[in-house]
Amino acid sequence: MFIFRGANEQYSMGPEEMQQHMQKWLAWVAALQNKKIYAGGHPLLPYGKTVQGKKPIVTDGPFAESKELVGGYFIIKAASMEEATEIAKDCPDLPLGGAVEVREVMQLD
Amino acid sequence: MEATPGHTKHHVNAIVDHLFRHESGKMVAVLTRIFGMHNLEMVEDVVQEAFLRATQTWVFNAVPDNPAAWLMQVAKNRAIDIIRRQQHFAQYSRELAHQLEQETEHTVQQFFSETEIADSQLRMIFACCHPALKEEDQVALTLKTVSGFGIAEIARALVTNEAVIQKRLYRARQFLKERNIALEIPAGNELTQRLESVYTILYLLFNEGYNSGKADELIRKDLCAEAMRLCLLLSTHKAGNRPATFALLSLMCFHASRFESRVSEQNDIILLPGQDRSKWDRELISRGYYYLNKSSEGEELTIYHLESAIAAEHCLAPEFASTNWQRLLQLYDMLLEIKHTPQVLLNRAIVVAQLHSIATAINEIKQIENIDQLLRTQYIFPAVLGDLYWRLGDHEQAKPLLEAALQLTTSQAEKKLIAEKLEKLTHTHLN
Repeated sequence: MFIFRGANEQYSMGPEEMQQHMQKWLAWVAALQNKKIYAGGHPLLPYGKTVQGKKPIVTDGPFAESKELVGGYFIIKAASMEEATEIAKDCPDLPLGGAVEVREVMQLD
Repeated sequence: MEATPGHTKHHVNAIVDHLFRHESGKMVAVLTRIFGMHNLEMVEDVVQEAFLRATQTWVFNAVPDNPAAWLMQVAKNRAIDIIRRQQHFAQYSRELAHQLEQETEHTVQQFFSETEIADSQLRMIFACCHPALKEEDQVALTLKTVSGFGIAEIARALVTNEAVIQKRLYRARQFLKERNIALEIPAGNELTQRLESVYTILYLLFNEGYNSGKADELIRKDLCAEAMRLCLLLSTHKAGNRPATFALLSLMCFHASRFESRVSEQNDIILLPGQDRSKWDRELISRGYYYLNKSSEGEELTIYHLESAIAAEHCLAPEFASTNWQRLLQLYDMLLEIKHTPQVLLNRAIVVAQLHSIATAINEIKQIENIDQLLRTQYIFPAVLGDLYWRLGDHEQAKPLLEAALQLTTSQAEKKLIAEKLEKLTHTHLN
């Protein structure tokens, strides 16, 4: 699983840059699909609530730090963690200060 | 978590070039009309959010069939949402609150029709070209708000740095905000005056793209295309479908038709005599004639009419040698009557050199007011005069002029062109 965070630089991009950035993403996803690597994913809306504490306290917004904000996730098929990590290096968000967390989904048989 | 099965249908709908830029201009215009000029910053944030939302959603879930409509819908929903939040409908009876909400939605909805969107864009152009603003600020503001250019792109297009553009935008926005300039189309005499400023800015945008050898080719093309797009928009609106608009549009078409033939593959400048006329864009030339025709429906004769007629004359000649110089001279004489500038006089002299003699042309240039200063400060003057001496074989006079031109121009391509001439000059000297 790829979990995408940050990429804050896109907040200050002009429309043309945004479009180019999006097109990079579309091309990346298309390439992953063609190679049958991509298995799905979802974007996450930026707002939400956080519930924590023994006596649960509900706060607005996922987390205070926007650079920590999770923008969405992909499920991909890879033979190993190394292979998955290599694939993640092509993520178009990386040059914009973004990060990809690569995690293995545990198979429960 | 499970993979989305819907993803198999992921087909990449083609997103047209500059979609975001163009939609940005539309959304900013409509939203500013709804929220007022004093809320311009908030409006720009809303538009930015729409793009972010699009980027995220489309990547995961396929590009919608009508991306433009999708973006506009997001903007509309957000607008309704903002208004709802600020209106405290809930404090009234449920029935009234419901009605008020419906009415708000209905009212906002009306701003999003095709015609109203075009209308809003035009109002935005008029506001950006407010005569109390400095010209350079008008240009930056128009590119940002109407054309959806980013700060970096504007800086690249105008060959300056981002801080300068930020400053111009800040100044312009402060002015619009403080004076709370309404987004409206002036009427009567005021409309005619405002149109003058709009023409000036569109003409400037186009020239900046067409003539500045400093900016990179890609952004220059964008600038020209943008000036043409806005001029076309103006020409289709009842406030702007006037002879002068058509004249300006035809002028742009004629010039743009030569865009590809002016620069070689090595990025060298190719001057008019050496241009491959088969590379001129016939489609644009015929559009140029179409608009030039439309521009003659009326009494008005503007600089754009004459400059377009001059450009048309060049397009008409199948080769450089068959150019109708006599007709060009007439047109320049007419142009001088309404635009008596050193640049026009210089261009006229080039025609004189073709039609009469180089010596006469040189003489006329020397008589231009303040010519000594112009020769020292604006590269085109020593470049043209130096070239005329060069063609006359007077190398002694040509050399210092071409050297001055070489110093004055910042364009690499221009430098190369002049340097080559200087080179030949030294060679002939040695022989």
